[in-house]
Amino acid sequence: MTASMQSSVGNPGAEKRGMNLTLRIWRQQGPTAKGKMVTYKITDISPDMSFLEMLDVLNEQLILQGDDPVAFDHDCREGICGMCGVMINGQAHGPQQTTTCQLHMRSFADGDTIDVEPWRATAFPVIKDLAVDRRAFDRIIQAGGYISVPTGTAPDAHATPVPKADSDAAFDAATCIGCGACVAACPNASSMLFTAAKVTHLGLFPQGQPERNDRVVNMVAQQDREGFGGCTNIGECSAACPKGISMETISRLNHDLLGALRAGARPKS
Amino acid sequence: MSRVTPCWLGGNAGVVLPWRIVVTVTHAQRRTPKVAKTNSVFKKAVMAVSGIILVLYLIAHMIGNLKAFSGAESFNSYSGWIRTVGNPALPGATALWIIRIVLLVAVVAHIWAAVSLWRQAKRARPQGYVTKKAVAQSYASRTMRWGGVIILAFIVFHILDLTLGTVNAEGFDSEPFDRMLASFQNPVVTIFYAIAVILLGMHLRHGIWSATQTLGQSNRRREKTVSAFAVVLATVLTIGFLLTPFAILFGLID
Amino acid sequence: MPLELFNVGEPIADTKAPMDVPIGERWSERRFRGRLVNPANRRKLTVIVVGTGLAGGSAAATLGEAGYKVKSFWYQDSPRRAHSVAAQGGINAAKNYRNDGDSVHRLFYDTVKGGDFRSRENNVHRLAEVSVNIIDQAVAQGVPFAREYGGLLDNRSFGGAQVSRTFYARGQTGQQLLYGAYQALERQIAAGNVEENSRTEMLDLIVVDGRARGIVARDLVTGEISTHYADAVVVASGGYGNVFYLSTNAKGSNTTAIWRAHKRGAYFANPCYTQIHPTCIPVKGDYQSKLTLMSESLRNDGRVWVPKERGDDRDPRQIPEDERDYYLERIYPAFGNLVPRDIASRQAKNVCDEGRGVGPGGLGVYLDFSDAMERLGRPAIEAKYGNLFDMYAQITGEDPYETPMRIYPAVHYTMGGLWVDYDLQSTIPGMFVIGEANFSDHGANRLGASALMQGLADGYFVLPATISEYLADGPFDKVDDSHPAAREALEGVQQQTQRLLSINGNRTPASFHRELGQLMWDLCGMERTDEGLRKAIDRIREIRQEFWTDLKVGGDWHSFNQTLEHAGRVADFIELGELMCIDALHRRESCGGHFRAESQTPEGEALRDDENFAYVAAWEWTPEGQPPVLHRENLEYEYVHLAQRSYK
Ligand SMILES: Cc1cc2nc3c(=O)[nH]c(=O)nc-3n(C[C@H](O)[C@H](O)[C@H](O)COP(=O)(O)OP(=O)(O)OC[C@H]3O[C@@H](n4cnc5c(N)ncnc54)[C@H](O)[C@@H]3O)c2cc1C
Ligand code: HEM
Ligand code: HEM
Ligand code: SF4
Ligand code: F3S
Ligand code: FES
Repeated sequence: MTASMQSSVGNPGAEKRGMNLTLRIWRQQGPTAKGKMVTYKITDISPDMSFLEMLDVLNEQLILQGDDPVAFDHDCREGICGMCGVMINGQAHGPQQTTTCQLHMRSFADGDTIDVEPWRATAFPVIKDLAVDRRAFDRIIQAGGYISVPTGTAPDAHATPVPKADSDAAFDAATCIGCGACVAACPNASSMLFTAAKVTHLGLFPQGQPERNDRVVNMVAQQDREGFGGCTNIGECSAACPKGISMETISRLNHDLLGALRAGARPKS
Repeated sequence: MSRVTPCWLGGNAGVVLPWRIVVTVTHAQRRTPKVAKTNSVFKKAVMAVSGIILVLYLIAHMIGNLKAFSGAESFNSYSGWIRTVGNPALPGATALWIIRIVLLVAVVAHIWAAVSLWRQAKRARPQGYVTKKAVAQSYASRTMRWGGVIILAFIVFHILDLTLGTVNAEGFDSEPFDRMLASFQNPVVTIFYAIAVILLGMHLRHGIWSATQTLGQSNRRREKTVSAFAVVLATVLTIGFLLTPFAILFGLID
Repeated sequence: MPLELFNVGEPIADTKAPMDVPIGERWSERRFRGRLVNPANRRKLTVIVVGTGLAGGSAAATLGEAGYKVKSFWYQDSPRRAHSVAAQGGINAAKNYRNDGDSVHRLFYDTVKGGDFRSRENNVHRLAEVSVNIIDQAVAQGVPFAREYGGLLDNRSFGGAQVSRTFYARGQTGQQLLYGAYQALERQIAAGNVEENSRTEMLDLIVVDGRARGIVARDLVTGEISTHYADAVVVASGGYGNVFYLSTNAKGSNTTAIWRAHKRGAYFANPCYTQIHPTCIPVKGDYQSKLTLMSESLRNDGRVWVPKERGDDRDPRQIPEDERDYYLERIYPAFGNLVPRDIASRQAKNVCDEGRGVGPGGLGVYLDFSDAMERLGRPAIEAKYGNLFDMYAQITGEDPYETPMRIYPAVHYTMGGLWVDYDLQSTIPGMFVIGEANFSDHGANRLGASALMQGLADGYFVLPATISEYLADGPFDKVDDSHPAAREALEGVQQQTQRLLSINGNRTPASFHRELGQLMWDLCGMERTDEGLRKAIDRIREIRQEFWTDLKVGGDWHSFNQTLEHAGRVADFIELGELMCIDALHRRESCGGHFRAESQTPEGEALRDDENFAYVAAWEWTPEGQPPVLHRENLEYEYVHLAQRSYK
């Protein structure tokens, strides 16, 4: 943790090409530590920088100052791996419907104050600062987000035609990158959109039918078990989702779940 | 798999490294919240079904209320009819009691589901954001919970007022129509009713759409139709319920 | 060749492919001759798999399902984030669903030729054979490949192939294939067959009695450094393009796993073969952290040009037609804008070197869609490239419908990697290397849509079959931390970690990484010369020196410390960079992605020297202070005849 609450970094002598910003960043040493917002001034930020590059600049300076750099997750930096994601001024991934790594500083104005916080949910414990543990998502997939097909047992790919409309809709749902913005944005901290995207993707394929009932029952049971909230159809999730996963997927999940329960499917304990 | 232990390092060419065993919370360890016993989607379905029952009742109730415009007789006879409907096959006020029981069960189930999901949401995010913006959330969806509580308070008052007459100037032994007049000639009561009914309207605007979604019946094609239906039904109910009290307040019915 | 840079050792050869049968039968013959492990014994055998990309993810899932005990490792939080997720274009398979004359043999032929005759025929043929099974497997898993109205799979042609053999899922093929493998992997984790180690980085290989028996890894969250043992180790850690700092790879992509294995005895093959992709979004400023690929398909409709005059910085729309140089169309009238990646990249560099580049720093060329917009109309362009145009606009803040895009080449893929035999086994018995981390199938240049194919071929089909031959001798004697080799590896990692933290100098890991990257790009990038490479080697040695005396890493090792992670990776990149330059220096020919200025045709095209260089260069690490040792694997071409590539 930085020694002072107010720590000024940047290159004060630098020619003013860029923006000067005030960042208020959530700093938290570890999962059980208490965190707080810490204010940083940062200068000469180019509008062409991505949001993460702006944080890189801050971190380089913090390291050289002997301060602890801000931990944040990222990997591909092209909007596809789903590793990045922070709350920016109260919006998951910031003011545009894109991933944090694809957000550019031209979305901000000189002199802005920007609040940066981690995703907040019991199921996503903070690891450090802005990095959270999202493995609850993987466990939801483990509960049934797959089609059981042992390697080498598949029939020819053309054995089962799939109507293009179904295939396209399945693709739309399958583009979920597991970033967690839906959970972060949902007032209930519900993982419904994530789970629904997978249930929709697999449920639209003929290959996905045999396990359809068990899949939905188990995945929903798992998301409750992980400590996510229940969905009350608020719609913040879909509005924050960088891949635009639609609310329709949630309806589909509900439909499948109620059908499965009627058909007698029950979650594995 | 082994932990790093300092003992191996003693013989390490005299280099003493500051390795020590650190007990950190491993990232696999999480405070597992209390497991919800019934799954959240099931709860929502309970809420939706009970909500729909309540809506159906409200439609009937609104039509009944509008009978006030055709005078005390008509209104009281409707009130009487509902008590004796099915007679003589069903004794006494059976039908009324069936309706009351169904309503009571629906309200209890609805509230149970609402409260339980509310608590689940609280557990799911014990620490809120310092800054949070709502993007898609409508005013209606944001006020479902507190709005619901107010509606509940209203219902309690309403029953004490018009059914039991406990809080009504006319008392229990009066005719329903007179109780109603007594209440709505009082602007304070009317305003309270109006607020509750408007909140109810919003509750239904979101609720009807939400129930369709919860029961898995909405999709992109139906999206518009469902939303429009929700708006129309909510508006009709709101206006329908507001007509009687205001008509009484302004002396159009007496 | 100067002796001080490297020594030459014994030749090396693959001995696993059954050469006594024709090429089309070798793979089935190999599987038939290989020993199997009886299902009851598989439970007693443990396999470590490092990496969960297409290669590692599919391998771990398949081995788990086969009944082995698998321990899987990756550095991200979820296996779904491996960089395979970023692949856009598609995956090849010789399905011949289009009836356009495709066949296993044609895919084999195209790949060997595309690799500029520097790959092993046997491996490539097997890849082509297995390709068809991959598509079946993926479809059965629910991978939403693009389909036609009849409900069957759609195909497109890619990377200059004459047949339509590329399967795709819009611009997200890698993502969808990876999710298929990821789901299969999660299923095995749930079934208890695969142990998951997320956010865990392999930092060393444990070799006991000549066999790979485990790894040393650091839990990136708790910082704990621990040992993990197995009967065999599979490394699938992806490519090392980040040695150039800026590349299309993920920020965390690294060479650490394979580099440390290299230092334990695995030979590193063809390290200098890197693919530079011509259509990337150019660098904006020195803060730039990453380059973004724009699918190659853009060159189908976009025309590449620069101003004829140097330093012409007018708005591109103001530059009249006759003052533009459509240089690809000018130099390669037959292929025009569709020449292969290496050629398009090098020509872009040439025009920029002449001072005719556009945009900041003069490092960019125009990719202009105005003709296509006129011809096809904006809606058609939107339908075809909408998502790419949006991405471009998002990153650059410019509207590509209005003004020409600017593109520049960027490092994209590394054909080099650890040397493996036909069984995908490295020179360390028991250590297998799959996916981009090995050198196997692409020779000196990889064709579009064939890396996904290779990763999944290796992981689903090849490795699970060949590893049983090795495991049939197991289970091997139990090893634990008391073994000297294990202790030595563990302590080595601890010491290095501590050393990185204790230098406390004045430069961040990123600053070293950036400097190394720039140097590699300038001197070991698209065009390499004897002089430049020697300069690079000298400078890299200095950088290494400075790194170990002037590095600054804050924090401690026993917590989540991303600077420390980065520092460890940069340390390995510096060493790898030197070997890449040595490899590039010793290979005095041009081939595929490796262009030596000294070896070109009069027209400036790459000129191979098959007489002297038709071999795989497999490098052996030697102890500190001694030059690496070169082992040559001679390449024989039985089925595809050596020829000079021409795209004029
Ligand atoms: C932008 C882009 C687009 C591409 N498009 C195409 C295309 O259209 N068609 C095509 O065929 N190819 C394409 N490629 C190439 C192809 O995607 C890759 O070559 C391929 O996916 C590599 O797969 P892999 O499994 O070998 O490695 P990766 O997917 O990179 O996986 C590496 C894995 O290893 C793990 N790992 C790495 N280091 C360590 C360590 N030290 N310790 C522990 N774990 C570690 C990582 O966590 C990860 O799980 C593209 C590549 C890029 C970058
Ligand atoms: C008694 C007090 C009430 C409370 C506390 C309450 C609370 C709630 C809550 C919290 C929701 C879920 C919010 C959401 O979906 O976003 C809800 C939904 C709903 N409510 Fe109520 N409500 C009450 C009364 C009523 C009444 C009287 C009606 C009908 C006449 C009604 C009809 C509905 C409907 C149809 C839904 C939608 C169900 C769904 O989302 O699936 N509610 N209510
Ligand atoms: C504002 C317009 C309304 C008027 C004029 C009105 C009128 C009445 C009257 C006169 C009764 C008594 C009937 C009887 O005893 O025979 C009654 C009962 C009742 N009303 Fe309303 N009502 C209104 C709105 C509402 C609303 C908005 C709700 C629900 C949210 C509601 C729920 C009830 C219930 C539950 C009863 C009790 C039914 C029973 O068990 O007998 N009313 N109403
Ligand atoms: S549904 Fe959208 S917001 Fe949620 S994890 Fe998937 S991509 Fe992210
Ligand atoms: S915001 Fe939350 S309540 Fe449901 S619709 Fe989205 S998960
Ligand atoms: S870093 Fe991969 S999506 Fe942002």
